[in-house]
Amino acid sequence: MDQRGRKILSVSELTQLIKYSLENAFPHVWLQGEISNAKLHTSGHFYFTLKDEKSQISAVMWRSNLTTLPFVPEDGMKVLALGSITVYPPRGNYQIDVVELQPVGIGELQLAFDRLKRKLAAEGLFDAAHKKPLPEFPERIGIITSLTGAALQDIRTVLQKRFPAVEVVVSPVRVQGFGAAEEIAQAIEEMNRFGEVDVLIVGRGGGSLEDLWAFNEERVARAIYASRIPVVSAVGHEIDFSISDFVADLRAPTPSAAAAMVVRDRRELLEVLSNISYTMRQAIADRIQHLRDRIRHAVGSYSFNRPRDLAREYAQRLDELGRGLVSAMNHRYAMKKHESAALHHRLEGLSPLRVLHRGYAIVRKNGAVVARASDLKQGDQTKLQFYDGTVGARIDEE
Amino acid sequence: MSAKKNPKQTFEESLKRLEKIVEILEQGEISLDEAIELYEEGIELSKFCGEKLKTVELKLKKLSKNLNGEFEITDLETE
Repeated sequence: MDQRGRKILSVSELTQLIKYSLENAFPHVWLQGEISNAKLHTSGHFYFTLKDEKSQISAVMWRSNLTTLPFVPEDGMKVLALGSITVYPPRGNYQIDVVELQPVGIGELQLAFDRLKRKLAAEGLFDAAHKKPLPEFPERIGIITSLTGAALQDIRTVLQKRFPAVEVVVSPVRVQGFGAAEEIAQAIEEMNRFGEVDVLIVGRGGGSLEDLWAFNEERVARAIYASRIPVVSAVGHEIDFSISDFVADLRAPTPSAAAAMVVRDRRELLEVLSNISYTMRQAIADRIQHLRDRIRHAVGSYSFNRPRDLAREYAQRLDELGRGLVSAMNHRYAMKKHESAALHHRLEGLSPLRVLHRGYAIVRKNGAVVARASDLKQGDQTKLQFYDGTVGARIDEE
Repeated sequence: MSAKKNPKQTFEESLKRLEKIVEILEQGEISLDEAIELYEEGIELSKFCGEKLKTVELKLKKLSKNLNGEFEITDLETE
């Protein structure tokens, strides 16, 4: 109190009073308005103004609350904010500390989505000509998703089943909340700098439009477009399309489907391989059989066998000649033998000794043949030769 | 020519080569010696591909950077 009984406050005292009453009066307020002057400070805090046709209020959202924000607030967006009124004494102003921010209805997000889609389409980011083919047999697959989400497990399960002979390289990112888009985009860029993956799967499991919002951000779309590595977008449920689906080289309805699209089924490949082995073996076997037939044919041919046939003919001829010779010789020999036997026979008939068989005897005196009786006289000693022997005889009378 | 000469053999290259070999063998326009050489190469490749397909364990890794800012591939601990 001063001398005149007036209660005088210092600025700080008043400010403290206002702060006390205001903050107690509005600890919890749902406020609807349109965002303007949106500004993300380097500290990570987000400053903006909420306004309607007649009024405006400063607003701040601390970094810790931003992480759960499903979208990037933009100027002109109608939002519903939950917060408390605070007074900032150094500047003497009041503001709302926003802890939760939602777009008003899906309409706002949908509008943003359509806006971006039109813009990027006009720029040619969705052109089919820009889309890269996926490698047929990737050795290494890059995956950009959350380590804790269902997407990674789903992809892993499918790859394990279909084609486990690959290496999966995960680049863990947050897939929702404020800053998720930036992390996803950076991960795509990092994978490209790393360069040693053959294909990228970028995505997450299903969720609400807000949950999937990061994949509708321009930042992500541009990173996908710039990627030299083919990108498969695998976001959420089958029916939802995201901006990343349009710009990616291939859109998969779900993370599981993405995994099935990047690798072929190994059972199918084993079959292909077994067919190849069979065909190869068959081709060689046919080849050998063909050559065998040719050899057989050649061996059986007239000209090939002519020398042998000639030799055989000569040999046969020789045999025949030989046989003729022997038989001629035998014939001749038999004839001569016969002739000689006949001559012998005739000779024998002519022999004087032959007569002895018929009862004649040869008389010899002193070894000489006595041919006449007058050559003998009484008392001569003679020898009588019969066919079977000789006896002595004396002449009795003349 | 020989499959053994390429130390960093990929499944894709191997399968492509294998299909080429089958094609050449089926055309049958090469000598028997060449055919047999190709066949032997084919058997090697088919063995390699078969082994690869029989791999059962999916390798799960994580991309990160070390202190020098170089990329590192580490095993991803799975829950």
